[in-house]
Amino acid sequence: MYKNELIGSQMGLLFDAAECIGCGNCYQACKEENNLPATNKEFLKDHLSNNTYTVVEEYGDTYARKMCMHCLEPTCVSVCPVGAFEKTKLGPVIYDAAKCIGCRYCMQACPHNIPRYEWSSTSPRVRKCVLCYKRVKRGQMTACAEACPVEATICGKLTDLIAEAKRRIKDNPGKYYPHIYGLEEAGGSNVLIISPVPFEQLGYSSKVPKVSMPDFTSRAMEKIPTVVSLGGIFLTGMYWLTKRKNQLAKERKALSGNEKNSK
Amino acid sequence: MKKTANNNLKFSFWKAASLIIAVIGIYSLFIRFTKGLGASTHLSDKIPWGLWIGIDFIGVGLAAAGFTIAAAAHIFNNHKYESIARPAILTAFIGYMMVVALLVIDLGKPENFWHPLVMWNVHSVMFEITWCVICYSTVLTIEFAPVVLEKFKLVKIQKVIKKITIPVIICGVLFSTLHQSSFGSLYLIVPAKVYPLWYSSYLPLHFFVSCIAAGLSMIIFESYLCARAFNRGLNINILSGLAKGVLAAISIGSLLKFADIAAEGKIQFLFFQVPETYAFWFEIIVGTVVPVYILTNHKWKVNRTGLYFASIFSISGFILNRMNVCVTSLVQSSGEHYRPSFEEIGITLFLVLAAMIAFKLIVENFRVFEKEERQTDTISSKQEILSKNLLFNKQNEC
Repeated sequence: MYKNELIGSQMGLLFDAAECIGCGNCYQACKEENNLPATNKEFLKDHLSNNTYTVVEEYGDTYARKMCMHCLEPTCVSVCPVGAFEKTKLGPVIYDAAKCIGCRYCMQACPHNIPRYEWSSTSPRVRKCVLCYKRVKRGQMTACAEACPVEATICGKLTDLIAEAKRRIKDNPGKYYPHIYGLEEAGGSNVLIISPVPFEQLGYSSKVPKVSMPDFTSRAMEKIPTVVSLGGIFLTGMYWLTKRKNQLAKERKALSGNEKNSK
Repeated sequence: MKKTANNNLKFSFWKAASLIIAVIGIYSLFIRFTKGLGASTHLSDKIPWGLWIGIDFIGVGLAAAGFTIAAAAHIFNNHKYESIARPAILTAFIGYMMVVALLVIDLGKPENFWHPLVMWNVHSVMFEITWCVICYSTVLTIEFAPVVLEKFKLVKIQKVIKKITIPVIICGVLFSTLHQSSFGSLYLIVPAKVYPLWYSSYLPLHFFVSCIAAGLSMIIFESYLCARAFNRGLNINILSGLAKGVLAAISIGSLLKFADIAAEGKIQFLFFQVPETYAFWFEIIVGTVVPVYILTNHKWKVNRTGLYFASIFSISGFILNRMNVCVTSLVQSSGEHYRPSFEEIGITLFLVLAAMIAFKLIVENFRVFEKEERQTDTISSKQEILSKNLLFNKQNEC
């Protein structure tokens, strides 16, 4: 189903909102793993911020996790003018603060509205979940998946995660809303979500286009060489033409002037 | 006697206003650089771009005459426009310097502003814009260089520049075409966030066409004020030519816009009772209906005051359009209302003031306007009023 078989072996997460008990272990583990300060006494009321990479939100008796989706073709990677974001071969989308100039186009462009900024700093960085890149590189699970007591968040290869999601939906008729969020949204992502209710009800945007986001830009950008070459030829041509026209007009004027004089 | 006293009074009022703006601007810059963007702006995680990005769009758009007039005079060899090529290029040059300064202030890490030069990402519209703006600023420097060189009689360099003028102007037109349209391309990647009345896969084309109208309007506006201030004649022949360009660009632009809305099946959005609809129609009335009405009126289209007012409406409509695209259109999806902070406005006004003063100083000291049309004895005092008037008008529009 992927353009490239290698994508299927990338690491990702499956979040199952039907299984989540709202214990907040993932939230806490994420804080510890990333050395982030406490931001809210009641974790269920916390929001994503420069010090919070994942949250657990309460919707009635259902809980939903919000975090970077680690898109297969990430918008942030495509829009960053200096390439501060990178889609690693393993799957995580990581960020290099040393390259960043702080234009915040990544924040403006992210279809899932994930990147957060250190607004109060004079040398601010963009902050978001990096899918525990260091741990994943060592072959470990992400901190959140490891902390989950009920397998609501599981970490693994994308193909395995998709199979597991499909199995859960199939084996439990009526328990799930029949859709895997993240399979197609924004062209697909390494974080997949299944839910007992329509995703809009858990605060996941249903407006996210089901195509790769960078394509919207590249359709315009790929016209640049044509515009430049045709434009260049047109302008050069017009320059010669109008110059010649003016010259001819001048000669004609001089000629008719001479004729008048000779008469 | 009475008139001079009056002038002096006016003069000191504007001087005081400039001083206040300068103090506020320097204070705001101090806050910006010592306490960061959070303390100095109303930007947030939900609204990462605000007034400054809008001002960048507006500044670059209003500077568009730099390439259209240069092309008309030197590529299409329409010598009628040669006399306004220098003011147009100067406006563009100062406009770009202002925009570059504001962009750097707006960056979270201004000290890294040079990174796009060495760290490339060719898929990024922002990267393309950065390069085009740098290249076009270089082109503008070369295009304006003769004005400085002739003053200091540097004949040799003048000769070299004269030889490369045409290719440089062609490059300038191409760079401008690319980045003027690319400001629209910035929003192509957020189809779900931009309100449907402003989102279009033809955004780059809309941005390009509208900047042509805005740039030419700016030159009409400037010429009118300069003529009044320098007490020199206004060449109505040239202005009418520019006005025709404005009319054509506005008409084509609005036809494209409505055709686009119709083709994408968004006609119902024109009639919803929501703030976005009102903002859209206000933009269309100010920037399209009124100027088209004035510019097609037999009396007004050949009248300098008529053209002046048409240009004011056209510029205002353009400003509304850019602010709508980068602020209004995103309100609904971000779920937050954005009002620029005191510091954001302060820094913006300060930069506009700096641009005015730079324009005034350069016009005073170099031969920007045609010599024969200039009456040197009346310049100095009246020019003060001009620049202040310009400032006043710009402030009102911002």
